[in-house]
Amino acid sequence: MGLFDIFKKKKQNDTSKKYELGMKKTRQGLMGKLKAILSGHKEIDEDLFDDLTDAFIMADIGVETTLDFIEALKEDERVEGLTNAEDLQPIIVDKMFELYLKGEIVNNNFNLQKNDLSVFLFVGVNGVGKTTTIAKIAYRLKKEGKKILLAAGDTFRAGAVDQLEVWANRVGVDIVIKKGATDPSSVIYEAVQKAKQEKYDVLLCDTAGRLQNKTNLMKELEKMNRVIAREVENGPHETILVIDATTGQNGLSQAEAFMEVTNITGVILTKLDGTSKGGIVLAIRDKYNLPIKMVGLGEKMEDLEYFDLEDYIGGLFIGSEDDTDA
Amino acid sequence: MPFENLSEKIQYSLRKLTGRGKVNEKDIDDAMREIRVSLLEADVNYKIVKEFINEVKELALGERVMKSLTPGDQVVKIVYEELIKLMGDEAVPINLKKSGTSIVLMVGLQGSGKTTHVGKLANYLRKNNKCKPLMIAADVYRPAAINQLVTIGKQLDIEVFQMGILAKPQAIVKNGLDYAKEKGYNLVLIDTAGRLAIDEVLMQELVEIKQIVNPDEILLTVDAMTGQDAVNVAMKFHEKLGITGCLLTKLDSDTRGGAALSIRYMTKIPIKFTGLGEKMDEIDVFHPERMAKRILGMGDVLTFIEKAQASFDEEEAMKMAEKMQAGRFTYNDFLDQIKKIKKMGSIKGLLGLIPGLGSQIKNLDIDEKKFVYIEALIGSMTKEERNNPDLINKSHARKSRIANGSGRSYQEINQLTKQFETMRAQMKSLMNMDEDQMEKVSKGQAPIPGMKPSKPKKGKGKNKGGFRF
Repeated sequence: MGLFDIFKKKKQNDTSKKYELGMKKTRQGLMGKLKAILSGHKEIDEDLFDDLTDAFIMADIGVETTLDFIEALKEDERVEGLTNAEDLQPIIVDKMFELYLKGEIVNNNFNLQKNDLSVFLFVGVNGVGKTTTIAKIAYRLKKEGKKILLAAGDTFRAGAVDQLEVWANRVGVDIVIKKGATDPSSVIYEAVQKAKQEKYDVLLCDTAGRLQNKTNLMKELEKMNRVIAREVENGPHETILVIDATTGQNGLSQAEAFMEVTNITGVILTKLDGTSKGGIVLAIRDKYNLPIKMVGLGEKMEDLEYFDLEDYIGGLFIGSEDDTDA
Repeated sequence: MPFENLSEKIQYSLRKLTGRGKVNEKDIDDAMREIRVSLLEADVNYKIVKEFINEVKELALGERVMKSLTPGDQVVKIVYEELIKLMGDEAVPINLKKSGTSIVLMVGLQGSGKTTHVGKLANYLRKNNKCKPLMIAADVYRPAAINQLVTIGKQLDIEVFQMGILAKPQAIVKNGLDYAKEKGYNLVLIDTAGRLAIDEVLMQELVEIKQIVNPDEILLTVDAMTGQDAVNVAMKFHEKLGITGCLLTKLDSDTRGGAALSIRYMTKIPIKFTGLGEKMDEIDVFHPERMAKRILGMGDVLTFIEKAQASFDEEEAMKMAEKMQAGRFTYNDFLDQIKKIKKMGSIKGLLGLIPGLGSQIKNLDIDEKKFVYIEALIGSMTKEERNNPDLINKSHARKSRIANGSGRSYQEINQLTKQFETMRAQMKSLMNMDEDQMEKVSKGQAPIPGMKPSKPKKGKGKNKGGFRF
């Protein structure tokens, strides 16, 4: 089938190697678990579909998305007439590509303005890795020759400003800090002014982690967004929702709530170097159409890669081939 | 309806059975299917869901249910009982030494809330267990993690032992422990860097720290929003370190927190504390039975009462009740209440603990900042006005003055006075309700008199929301 082939042919370069390394830490083989399930069943029956459902659920792909997917798989015309369970694998993988791509060409690249300031806003719940992700992106964009400015917009959490400052020094980029500030919008405002006057290419705005059910904090975020929109044409050019790979179904609620107050343009999935699969981003894509832009694979500033759908789907079913459980 | 919580879902699926008389196996199957999906959506591990459903179904198919006149009630009872079994039967207290220095080691994944909860726990144990705590900053990896703990220490006025980021964590904890003993601290809490359970090097570091300090408690902080992998993570940490308890953080989110069930069931590690917000006093001991009740929508009354008791003394409360009943409630009383409520934590969190209100408050738009505005408004009233709210109601001049003085708008003072009057009326009727009426209100079968069920706010204008509670 077409889509799958295109991705098969994708040339393997250095970045995707590293991407795999991060994901491979615990893996015996991409798709190992899927293969194990399929080879463990002689027939294509309800039992098999139940096991597949479990595998999807276990990867934290949303319950609704999973149930819909399995239903669609059962009814897929390519499945009709198949007798060997193992023949299902390419169909499953193909359908997962469809689930994510939805017939679109999904663009991972950041929306960078030519010869003008680009402003990126980073949002998410507490502890997902926003600050670290900003450092990683600053590092990457700086390497591409961009002049980068950071805005220390997390005025709430103890030590958050220091954390970003340490990163700014390590990466070698400038940072706007407003000591004692309690209104993050004022920090953002100052940073925007500085970025415009001193002709920075990219301004990366950090924000405090906030749970999506806290009305006040979501309003505060709305205001930051408004300040950027007012001060910079078409800004913010990217509003990135950072999601922790360990997140379960709550990821959906996060996406929905943050989309309500800001114009989320994409997701960065962090901590994918652990044992969690982060499947919830597939449900987020399925329900809210948000693309995954990048994935975080470690604590070093180099540990950030563009999202690679093929590797990602393979990683969802990491496991050894004799491993039908756990 | 994707964002309903577990209790609503289970209630819904079982309500269909309640009061229907005879049930057949298919009815039970239908209910089980809904419970299954709902548990999975709550992030309960899929294996546990399977076992749970099998157990419940078997029990539900027994004589007791099938022949019962109230099969729904019976199933509810079974689900409730099994859920409690799953959560562990009773609360497990923190294990501290009677004399000598108790040591608590905090471990977990990155971003689960270790540093914040080292602070919260130190504060909690100082207050409730009369401990003299020292916090040790042993996270040398995350930039500014030490600063974070030092800042928290300053806020709480609790000393932090640190040796910068160049020392090895093993050396830091050893020196910190010596320091604690020398200075007479009887409780030491150790903050460690977040790490992946599969990171051999960093896990070894924890093993060595454990050997050095011989902790009384090794607490694993777990984000309540964690998905299916929670069990894996807990197992791996447990295998390496012998975890003695879990601290479930970010439970003030709208997550359904199935991870708690999973960890408890699969690892048998008790959950000892829950984190409920970003403020330093937003921590509570974990009560499995209450949690199970909460999951079933029976409300967490005991926690509410305990929280309330910590902030209100009884005599004062009686006086207040009298005032409310007589409609003699003044702005001073109101201000007093606001301050007390603020001490107890977030309003929405509190309301969520009240039986029956759990599902009703979900759409309630509570803007906690409004309280600051109200305080400002009341602050701009004269003594007379505060004691005699009627003075303001009639006077345009007074209202203008208060608005100007507080820096809020005329509209806002207007809203406040209106709300205040409605509230007084509501209180009066609430206080004069008989037991039957109370019961209905608390079961959610009847609205609180004078209170309209709230709908999600539509308007985006600044003042459309008004003051709501």
